[in-house]
Formats: sequence, C-alpha cells, structure tokens
Amino acid sequence: MLRKIRIVVALICYALLTLLFLDFTGTVHAWFGWLAKIQFWPAILALNFAVVAVLVVLTVLLGRIYCSVICPLGVFQDIISWFAGKRKRNRFSYTPAISWLRYGVLALFIIAFFAGIGSLVSLLAPYSSYGRMASNLLVPIYQLGNNLLAYFAEKMNSYAFYSTEIWIKSIPTFVIAVLTFVVIAVLAWRGGRTYCNTICPVGTVLGFISKFSLFKISIDTNKCNACGLCAKNCKASCIDSKNHAIDYSRCVACMDCVGICNHKAISYSFAAKTKKTEEPKSDVSVDESRRKFLSVTALMAVTTAVEAQQKNIDGGLATIQEKKIPNRQTPITPFGSLSANNLAKHCTACQLCVSACPNQVLRPSSDLSRLMQPEVSFERGYCRPECTKCSEVCPTGAILQITKEQRSGIQIGHAVWVQANCIAYNENVTCNSCMRHCPVGAIRMMEKVKEDGSTVKIPMVDEERCIGCGACENLCPARPFSAIYVEGHEVHRTI
Amino acid sequence: MEEGKKGIDRRKFLKLLGAGAAVSAASFYGCKSNGDSEKNHSQGPVPTDKMTYRVNPKTGDKVSILGYGCMRWPTRPKKDGSGDEIDQEEVNRLVDYALAHGVNLFDTSPRYVQGLSETSTGIALHRHPRDKYFVSTKMSNFDPETQTKEASIDIYKNSLKALQVDYFDYYLLHSIGSKEVYQKRYLDNGILDFLLKEREAGRIRNLGWSFHGEKEFFDYMLNESGVKWDFVLIQLNYFDWRHASGYNVNADYLYAELDKRGIPIFVMEPLQGGRLSKLDFHSLEKLKQMDPNSNAASWAFRFAGSHPRILSVLSGMTYMEHLQDNIRTYSPLKPLSQKEMDILEDVAQLILQYPFVPCNECEYCMPCPYGLDIPGIFSHYNRCLKEGNYSENVNDENYKAARKAFLVGYDRSVPKLRQANHCTNCGICSPKCPQRIDIPNELQRIDRYVEDFKING
Repeated sequence: MLRKIRIVVALICYALLTLLFLDFTGTVHAWFGWLAKIQFWPAILALNFAVVAVLVVLTVLLGRIYCSVICPLGVFQDIISWFAGKRKRNRFSYTPAISWLRYGVLALFIIAFFAGIGSLVSLLAPYSSYGRMASNLLVPIYQLGNNLLAYFAEKMNSYAFYSTEIWIKSIPTFVIAVLTFVVIAVLAWRGGRTYCNTICPVGTVLGFISKFSLFKISIDTNKCNACGLCAKNCKASCIDSKNHAIDYSRCVACMDCVGICNHKAISYSFAAKTKKTEEPKSDVSVDESRRKFLSVTALMAVTTAVEAQQKNIDGGLATIQEKKIPNRQTPITPFGSLSANNLAKHCTACQLCVSACPNQVLRPSSDLSRLMQPEVSFERGYCRPECTKCSEVCPTGAILQITKEQRSGIQIGHAVWVQANCIAYNENVTCNSCMRHCPVGAIRMMEKVKEDGSTVKIPMVDEERCIGCGACENLCPARPFSAIYVEGHEVHRTI
Repeated sequence: MEEGKKGIDRRKFLKLLGAGAAVSAASFYGCKSNGDSEKNHSQGPVPTDKMTYRVNPKTGDKVSILGYGCMRWPTRPKKDGSGDEIDQEEVNRLVDYALAHGVNLFDTSPRYVQGLSETSTGIALHRHPRDKYFVSTKMSNFDPETQTKEASIDIYKNSLKALQVDYFDYYLLHSIGSKEVYQKRYLDNGILDFLLKEREAGRIRNLGWSFHGEKEFFDYMLNESGVKWDFVLIQLNYFDWRHASGYNVNADYLYAELDKRGIPIFVMEPLQGGRLSKLDFHSLEKLKQMDPNSNAASWAFRFAGSHPRILSVLSGMTYMEHLQDNIRTYSPLKPLSQKEMDILEDVAQLILQYPFVPCNECEYCMPCPYGLDIPGIFSHYNRCLKEGNYSENVNDENYKAARKAFLVGYDRSVPKLRQANHCTNCGICSPKCPQRIDIPNELQRIDRYVEDFKING
C-alpha cells in the first residue's frame, strides 16, 4: 500500500515537473511552478528557508521521502531501474556505504559553492542534472511532436497547435546533458540508487538526517527467516539481511522491501530501535566518470551556439542572412537577475528559464566560469515587453520574480550604434527600424553630416533610458552583424 | 475664374479679421505669399456668415447646426505639476472664433474636463452678450452621493454660477438609458419636478435628455413619461444609423421616433468617436471619388446635418483646425443626396466588414530589399479581417480567438524574418504600388496591431 502511494505520488510529481520544462505555452507553470521551487538545492539557493525547513522536518519524520517522491532525478533513476528489473529480478545486494566518497563529494560541492565554481556545483546538483537532460534531450523531442501536430493542424485549418523553433542552444551544455544521461542511466540500470547514495550531495545531507528519522523501516527478527529477498530488491543496497541491519542513511523510504517480504517481517513504523551497520569500502568508478564530464566540458567549451540553417529561397523574396552574435564586452544577464554576480551565485543551471524563454533569447553560457548558466543574446528574438517568463520560473532566486512594470524600469544593458553596419549611414536609404521598435523611446533619429558633406538620419541612443531589451538589435536590418547591439551591465540599474 | 474670386474673398477676409486670427488661419492653410493665389490653396477662406441654422419650433431660437461640445477643451500641465488645467487663453480664442463664424450653441456638463469645463466655458462666453449664444448643460448626478434632492439642486445651481448665466437655454438629464436609473436619479428624489418648475419659471428654456441605452426605455420616455420634452440628444452617424452596436440603438429608429413627434434633436458622436474620420483607404476612396477635397469627417458631419429634424450637431473640438473644418462643412450645409447617402451606407458596410489593405497581391513591390513578404503580410491581414478574426479590444468576445488565429496564422503564412516588424521604412516599395498603398505605413500599422496582440495576451 505504502509503496503504491509512493509510486503514484512520485509519478505525478515527476510528470508535472517534467512538463514544466516541456510546456512552452506557460500554462503548466501557472499551476505547478511550485514543484521546481520545493526542490532542495534550489530552495537553498533562493534562501527559501521555509521550504528547506519543511524538507528537513519531512526527512526527520519520515526519512528520505524527498529522494523517492519529490526529486525528479531520483524518480528518473527508479524508472530506469524498474525497466532493468523487468529483465533481471532480484538483482541487488547489500553493499557497505562508501562514506569517504559521499562526504568527499559533499565537501567538494560545498567548497565549490563557496569558491564560486558554479559550474561544478551545477554538475553535481541533482535537480540541475535532471533539468539539463529534460531541456536538452526531452524538449526537442516534445517540440518535434508538437510541430508534427501543428503541421496537421495547419492542413486542417485549425489553430490548436502552432510550431516552435527547435535549435541546440549550446553544444557544451548539450554534450554534458547527454553524458549526464548516459552515466546516470547506466548507474541506475546496474545499481538502482547508486548515484543518490554515493555522489548526490543532497542525498548525502538528507541521508545523514534520515539516520535519526522517526519513522523507519525495521526488521522483525522473530519473523525474519533471513531469506535475503529484501536485500535483493533494495535499490539503495542498504539492507544487510544477514545482520538484520539497515543503513538508514541510504534508505530512500521506497517501501519496496515492505511489500516484498513474504513473512511480513519488514514494517515501516515509528521510532524502531536501530542497529547501525555501515563501513567497509569498495571502489566504484563513478567519480571517474564525473571527472570525465569536466574534462570533456572544458574541451567543448570553445564552441558557440549552433545556428539552425534557414532556407531562404522563395522566388520573389530577397535572401536573408543569419544574424551573428556580436562581440559583447560584458555579457547580458536576464531581467530580474540583479547582476552577473547574483546570477552566478544563485543559478544552479537547471535550464528551466532557457526552456521557458518564448523568444529564443536565453541560452546556456559556454563560458567556463558561467558554464550552462543562462545568457542573453538577440539573434533570434528579443526580451519582449510583455514577457517576464524567466523570472517567473526560476526556482533559485537567480532571476527574481519581477512584474512587467518593474521590468520596464530595469536596465540590463544599453544599445551601442555601429556606424560601419548602419544601412541608413552607408547605403543611402532611410531606416528608422531601431527607433520605431524601442519600447522605451530611448532611440531618436538625428541628422548627421557625413564626411562627403551629405546629411543622413541616424539613430542616437539615450543610454540613460535604454533598458537593453534588444528590440533594436534583433530588428536591425543590417546582417549578419546588427548596426545596433546591446552591451550588458554587470550590475543592473533601475531607471 | 472661380479660383480668382476666392482669392479676392480671401484678402477681404484677412482685412476683416483681426491680425491674430489671420495669422492662425494663414498658418493653417500654409499660404505662401508668392502671389500665385490660384495655386496656393484649394479651399477658400472659412466663411463667417454662411452657417446653416435650424429653428427651434418651441422658442424660435435660430440654432447653428454646428454645436460646440465643450468636453474636449485644450489642457496643459499645471505649472506646479499637480495635474492638468484648461488652457483658458486657447478656449477664449476658440470660443471667439466659433461665435465670429456663426456657431452659437455651447454644450457642456459639470463632468466634462475633470469638472473644469463649465467654469472655463463660462469665462469664455461671459465675454460676449448673453443673447449671442445658447448654453446647454446637464444634470450629471451619476454619483449616488449626488442623487439626493439637495445635492442635485446644488449641481444645478453650481452650473448657473459656473456658466455665469441666470437661465439655461437647454438643459438635459444626462445620459439615461434604463427605467431604473431614470427612476433613481430623477423621479424618486423629485429632481424632475424641480426641473419642470424651473422650466415653468423660465430658467430652463428647453428641457431634454441624452440617451444611451435600451430601446424600450427610449419608447417609454417618449410615450409614457408624461413629460413634454423639448429636445433629445442622441448618438447619430452614418455607421450607427443602421449598425449600432453594444449599448446603442440604431439611429434611424431613434430619429424616426423623434421626427414623428416633432421633437428637435441634438446629435452627439457624429464621428463615432473619431472612427469615421480615420477610415481605411478603401472607404476613403469612395468618399474622395465624390469629392477629392472633402475629408472623411466632413461627410460624417453632412450626414448628421442632412436630417431636417436635427437642431444641432455637437462636436468636441480641441483644435482650431477641427473648428475651421467643421464650420466650413456647415457654412452652409449641403444636404446629402440620396445617392451620397447610399455611398455612405456602402462605406459603413465596408467598415463593418474590415479595415483591410487594398492590396491585390500583384507583387510589383517585390522583392523588398530587406526580405519582407509584403503581399504575404497584407493578404494574411486581409484574410483575418474577412474571416472576422479581427479585434482591437481585449474585452471583445472574439478577442482570444482572433488573437490566436492572427498570430498563429501569421507565423504560418509569413516566415518570422519576413514579417512586418522588419520593415525599415525605406519606402522603396511605395512608388511601385499601382494601388497607391502607403506600404511602410500600412506595414507599421499591422505591426502595431500584432504588437498589441502580443502585449495583451
């Protein structure tokens, strides 16, 4: 019974949380956005102590329910492990905890966090790993399906579906997501919750707390005939059936053992006396593979975002060149992120904002120091005045929730005019595209006498009014490089 | 010859008028004193003595067919920054000009221009003899707090004071549309009785009401209210004549009912909130074909004035240009022929259908050097209009559907990079268009329409 409840609740949470990444219309977020905000590490980053406190209390009371129900990476592993179990039954066995590795990774995680090595932190944080996989691997598949539906909808003259743009936003992040997926899937296939109990820093912390939890699994030695069935089905490998001992730090309270015991010797009950059994060590090659991630990342970090090729041959239509990313001195960070520093400090690189961005503005950074954290660029769209999506979805406080009104008064950067690209200046045509599209009226046209004595009307930017939304850059007719582009501000300002 | 005569008229006119008025008139028509008077303007001067008047059968008042609506007086920010104030100098100038050109009805309300209109109108009018103008105002007791007898009478007395008059030529029950409201605002508190007594006493020379609401109530007021109304103010224009929407009743019905009973009519919204002065090209073309030099607004004013039971057509004129334009239209009024009426009905039908772009996709404008699919954009826009997927108001019933159909269909029929927001305003396309569409302008209009959809999701 307990097991069934756990499975049902976990699957619901998992499905909804995954939908947060998939749904590009924003409807799911309105209802279930909180699912991302109750994740342990994001809550800590958001300094959301209420959530942290609730999760700690939950663990003290009931054990690592978080790991088996709320954590999407945990449920993801359970799903893989379930498929593996279909092929081979009773495949687990008790192994002693590898404490040095667990606490070692936790220490590394904490040190990395305080040292500001955000990319390492994000690599280890479980929710981030899942988000990366969802947004890089699942989202394109989901969008492909959507576009297929949109295609048929179009044929049937229905507006129920519309197609979306599918593009790889950052190769390094994509590669990391693939590797994360492979490693975690392999570990889960072979050893169930190996990742959770040897690497995951959240698992280690909650595991430590759950040693003292009030409700626990316990083995009634009078009923137990030491058949070992429970241990063979324990995906956390934490039941030492010979000694009737359970390593509570690794038990994720999945209740599988409760259901499987033929003698009803295992129960989940209040304050059972526990015998702690732990120690010995065996080496697992997990740490190796994590390191591999990092080195691969470093190699791949050179590459920039891939630009989807666009076909531009349409008879009477002029060809349009792809826009290229200008060389910005200061990278732009999203509205609501306060400053580059704040973003770097709080972001766990879960990719939720990147998935949610409806204007193709956000993409994961390829810069090693900000690896996978969101970065703003305007080749495909710009920060539209009505949009505050990223600030709404961010669970960690890296992008604080702002209103449309607040947004219009925040300066994330300012526009810079590039004479060499401006068609009004160089091509003897009138153009005031940037002026017309500026939502805050920061651009005016002014007359300028060129060196040859002729006058042209070119844009002038009031840097004080400009908020850096990128409308001018995105809609500038100059290609591949816009004649007006946005330079970021390290610290956002309010006008 | 005709043109030459006009030139002389003009010189006479300049002499007659004060220097100030001359300067404003000259600047308005952009006259250059190059001596080539035949070619430097197509319109003559604003006539001073040609205004059409209608006679009030009860009092014999000769009321100018153009009535000055005082709800849009020019304002300017106060010096201390605490909001806006009426620009009294400008009001005086407009009032003087209006009176000098034969406009003699001024209609205001205690509510207009944040409650400032009556006082301002009073200041401007008081500088003229009382017998040179008719003043009209209203019992605007909308606020429940002002619906007691005392408070409503206060409103009445305040109006006398603010307008600096001791009688009203026209006094209205302000905007009534249902029995309940009428009952509450005028019957239960005895205000109607009070006003009737004032009429008996001669301080209200004509008592009437303005109408926005239910047909049944309109009928009730005419048949069962037990009061002999001296006039009624209704919304009338060539669009609402047969196609009134929302809370309005078709004006042809209202007019016929009043006409039957010989009740004089004041007209409001002759331009339907400006909509009839800003027509799409196709509609405008129909009007310009009749007369290239008449603007869209003038047709709407002529339509309103062409109905003989109309005593006056009220227009809220903020700018001298509007005033001059309207004076011109009504000096004198040239009543519409049946054929012209029919054409206006055609225009109403067009407006009813869609404000479309008259592009027939000949593609002469293409290729746009910046890659825009101009005919594609227009055809998508026109199609949406034709299919009824058009809405500019978030509160419209079909707004959501229209928005979705427009935006989703837009991305389907025109690639993102070829949509209207990429127009650079270079204008290379326009001269190529055989339909003489102002393409950049239209593209930008569509872009604003799209932008509104995107912002108001």
